[in-house]
Amino acid sequence: MKKTAFISAAAAAVMAFGATAASAATLDDVKARGELRCVVSTGLAGFAYTDSAGVYQGFDADFCRATAAAVLGDASKVKFVPATGKTRFTILNSGEGDVLWRNTTWTFVRDVDVKLTFVGVNYYDGQGFMVPKSLGVKSAKDLDGATVCIQTGTTTELNLADFFRTNKIKYEPVPIETNDESRTNYLAGRCDVYTTDASGLAATRSTFPNPKDHVILPEIISKEPLGPAVRQGDDAWGDTIRWVLNATLAAEELGITQANVAELAKGTNNPEINRMLGTEGDLGAMLGLQKDWVVKVISAVGNYSEIFERHIGPSTPIALERGLNALWTQGGLQYTPPFR
Amino acid sequence: MSEVAQHYPPGQHPDMPPPAGQRGVLLWLRTNLFSSWINTLMTIVAVYLLYKIVPPLLDWAVLDAVMNAANRDECRQLGSGACWAFINDRFSILVYGFYPAAERWRVDMSFILLCLALVPVLFDHVPFRKPGLIFSCVYPLIAGWLLLGGFGLQPVGTDEFGGMMLNTVVGVTGIAFSLPLGILLALGRQSHLPIVKSCSVCFIEFIRGVPLITLLFVASTMLNYFLPPGTTFDLLLRVLIMVTLFSSGYIAEVVRGGLQAIPKGQYEAADSMGLKYWQSMRLIVLPQALKISIPGIVNTFIGLFKDTTLVLIIGLLDVLGIGKSSLADAQWNGLSNEIYVSIALFFFIFCFGMSRYSIYLEKKLDKGYKR
Repeated sequence: MKKTAFISAAAAAVMAFGATAASAATLDDVKARGELRCVVSTGLAGFAYTDSAGVYQGFDADFCRATAAAVLGDASKVKFVPATGKTRFTILNSGEGDVLWRNTTWTFVRDVDVKLTFVGVNYYDGQGFMVPKSLGVKSAKDLDGATVCIQTGTTTELNLADFFRTNKIKYEPVPIETNDESRTNYLAGRCDVYTTDASGLAATRSTFPNPKDHVILPEIISKEPLGPAVRQGDDAWGDTIRWVLNATLAAEELGITQANVAELAKGTNNPEINRMLGTEGDLGAMLGLQKDWVVKVISAVGNYSEIFERHIGPSTPIALERGLNALWTQGGLQYTPPFR
Repeated sequence: MSEVAQHYPPGQHPDMPPPAGQRGVLLWLRTNLFSSWINTLMTIVAVYLLYKIVPPLLDWAVLDAVMNAANRDECRQLGSGACWAFINDRFSILVYGFYPAAERWRVDMSFILLCLALVPVLFDHVPFRKPGLIFSCVYPLIAGWLLLGGFGLQPVGTDEFGGMMLNTVVGVTGIAFSLPLGILLALGRQSHLPIVKSCSVCFIEFIRGVPLITLLFVASTMLNYFLPPGTTFDLLLRVLIMVTLFSSGYIAEVVRGGLQAIPKGQYEAADSMGLKYWQSMRLIVLPQALKISIPGIVNTFIGLFKDTTLVLIIGLLDVLGIGKSSLADAQWNGLSNEIYVSIALFFFIFCFGMSRYSIYLEKKLDKGYKR
């Protein structure tokens, strides 16, 4: 975390010099290049990984495709830039990447001090704990004296310290570099507790030889709003990303799916659908995009629910419930401002 | 009772075989495994450890292993050992990265040609060595053309390089270009010309004082702050330059060690023959100095080859990066042993090969110094 902060601070200092290589109009740059450089994780189950054909797949990868579909009209024109937790912000700030769709928690420091602009939340997560059932622990507050495997350089590490301090209990941290290492260490019994974002817990547990021997404790100790980020100072590009995300949410809300979008794009009697799909008004032009940008997005990757179900939903090995990520109409937090 | 001790006159005793305990297998066992109580103890411990380790390892890697399955769960049902089906499934991207499937023959081709180009460089007594060496010199151009395309081949961007192919490209380029550069730097450091000398010293000390990761990081992200906006400068090219410069700094120091080990008399002898600087270096000093430096040079090369995995930090997916991102596939998630074992095997083959070649070379050049 410190290293990240230092590198980012150094990057920010250079930018403040005025020697910035990243010109303000990212949208024009992307269009001129004909390719979107999208920063993703080097590997996180369900969110970004390579399939056997070497193609990036996952929840975040699909939002990259959605962005390319909106901006360039072609979902395949994405160059995925894999980044580790430590390099992601520098890659974005130096202009090597155009947008960060990389399960990155929106925090005050990152938004303000690291000079990023977070433009939305595509997944509401929170940190949880998993312990072996044999330990007989029912609540995270019973974890006094436990050894905990934590990934360094993440918000997880800081949340954990906060949680144990507030509850006045002690723990022994085992610092670990990657999720895969923590999994191995936890299974080998080198730590009693495995902690990461709840989405990661479920995904990791599904890979255990005996998933039933492990319980996920009820406490969620932090807020982890994961969302896309862009460089600070390019509001127009930030708007584009924000409304790509919003379009997938609005599409779910209005019942626009990959299957029926072509049909609906011929015109309906719902004015909001018409505005979104470009048959009424000219919202696309205001963003500097084609009239049918939402049609391109939805026909490429589908609406929010379709992306969710395809990569991390109950029918996948990750098996996550919608929970907080349900639409606001269904008791969740996903809410988009109107297309008007 | 016919066994009567025979008597021979002194010096006439025929050769008799040594007693049973002093020959063959028993002798070997005795001298090599049970020569003292401490060796006996270590033999017993070693046999016990082998007994503990080898059978489970064999079970895991061979007997209970699963070669074909569609995903992890199927693997687990079919066998309790290694799930090589995962490697099977990912083999082509582990090798070729994102290189377009239809064009992969070009990677194979350049690898085969690489082997051919190496033969005349590495060995003396091969047929057609002269034309072979010319081929070796133009090989980098051929390989560049094959891998990047153009001139009749479909162009492939360097961002599509990945997997073992990326490690090999970075490693081989680094090795091929850092050796001459390193020798020049070592000579520069020994030079009597103050500017040449101070430049070489500064360069070598700078390179050795900075971790490779930092250099790669500067190459990948920080460069953009200093170059004029809009400049595009291929990422792989930056990596190749950095890796070459980095290992040339180390090679320079290894070669300098060799140069300093040459007795002063050799330099003076060369001077008294009236040889010019480059002549004396080429004919007298360097052949001896390089011979002494072989282990150090190969050591640096092996280190360089393994360091190619660091490109993961700057967003290039080498074989380790591909492995990591494949592990995140929910279909196969959690099979880290299989993937890391395979990658380790890949590196072992290359590094062990280099190390064996260095031993061969040392033996071959070890003329007149045998004790």
